[in-house]
Amino acid sequence: MGIVSRGFSGRGRSGDSERLPPGQYRTRDFPVLSAGPTPHTPLDEWSFTIEGGDQPVRWTWDEFRALPSETVTKDIHCVTKWSKFDTEWEGVAIDILLESVDHDHAYAIAFCDGGYTTNLPLEDVTDGKAWIAFAYGGEPLDPEHGGPARLLVPHLYFWKSAKWVRGLSLRDEDEPGFWETNGYHNYGDPWREQRYWGD
Amino acid sequence: MAGTAVLGRLTWLVAEVVETRSETPHVRTLVLDVAGWQDHRAGQHVDVRLTAEDGYQAERSYSLASPPGEPPAITVERLDDGEVSPYLVDVAEAGDRFELRGPIGGYFVWEPDGSTDPLFLVAGGSGVVPLMAMIRRRAAAGSDVPATLLCSSRRFEDVIYREELDQLAARGDGLEVVQTLTRAQPPGWAGYSRRVDVELLREVAPAPDQSPRVFVCGPTSFVEAVAEGLVSLGHRPGRIRTERFGGG
Repeated sequence: MGIVSRGFSGRGRSGDSERLPPGQYRTRDFPVLSAGPTPHTPLDEWSFTIEGGDQPVRWTWDEFRALPSETVTKDIHCVTKWSKFDTEWEGVAIDILLESVDHDHAYAIAFCDGGYTTNLPLEDVTDGKAWIAFAYGGEPLDPEHGGPARLLVPHLYFWKSAKWVRGLSLRDEDEPGFWETNGYHNYGDPWREQRYWGD
Repeated sequence: MAGTAVLGRLTWLVAEVVETRSETPHVRTLVLDVAGWQDHRAGQHVDVRLTAEDGYQAERSYSLASPPGEPPAITVERLDDGEVSPYLVDVAEAGDRFELRGPIGGYFVWEPDGSTDPLFLVAGGSGVVPLMAMIRRRAAAGSDVPATLLCSSRRFEDVIYREELDQLAARGDGLEVVQTLTRAQPPGWAGYSRRVDVELLREVAPAPDQSPRVFVCGPTSFVEAVAEGLVSLGHRPGRIRTERFGGG
């Protein structure tokens, strides 16, 4: 326990503690965190590409949307301390996309419109742990929240769920992405409070 | 520059309030004494952790208002439904202590680095705090890089750092401060009287061909509107750095 701050009592202790990682608080809003302006890529110019296999595999928007998708309900945790429970997404599992790629890599970098990148071990985006989400709460994903499509990796801090995602680059070696080179943790497990370098 | 600094683990440090300064009816600055503090860069933030007597803890992030080389100071706006901000704005006094770790963030930062590209800083409400650290840094460094600060506030009495900004702008070293009041204006108000829109940005922002470095901080809807407006005027998205605080 830290030092007690005189006169601080805090809000009523919620019954959320089992679902709240350390240092998080629950919000009902859906705040936004972005490093720059929101890109607006028309769907007819949008594609999703996986690089690093024998050759790049690319889906147009229509091809991507023709893939089998699923609806998942997840708690999400932002490094800026808010958590939001029971968010409902529809997306294509990364497992489905990787079925088309012949490779033996262990890491991925997600790349996005606007130049954002984030790095992930492949084992964290396979076996039903990550999706390319295109709908939120039953509606097309708002550009502010990453539309037309964003990565969804709900078990890691939400900056790993890259907005405006356009592809994955598969690698042998782990290579830090945008926030990961700007002071934030390379892996980002909220349950171990891996917010910053050295956590 | 961004990304090259190697940090050790950011441990929790004990911060003692040494001075409080009321900025507006809803906003207060806390100047802190933090044993073990490492110097920060303008634009960075800290995490604050409060602990109640029963061990309950709450953490929030706050931007640093002070320039590098000075003791860390945070400027906090009281959120009506907030948990930590009412304590920092209304309760904490000199001598009170809480935990803090930082400085944090390597992207939304500015240092005078010899570039003569103008700075364009756009603040919605308390979004001015990290931008103020940049302006103070610029003044302390004797930088004459052209800088424009556009502040959007609701009312005259809500303008954070108003007197200091007036004084800094009067130094004649290339800083221009532009205020807009969106809800009410005092008699004889000479500034803008509306929300920041594309036309206002066209009048106030350095031209895109001057390749300004842009920092925008405020509520999400404000940041979205400003960033999109600047892109529509021809500013390169890659030159626009944003920091947002959500919801309320």
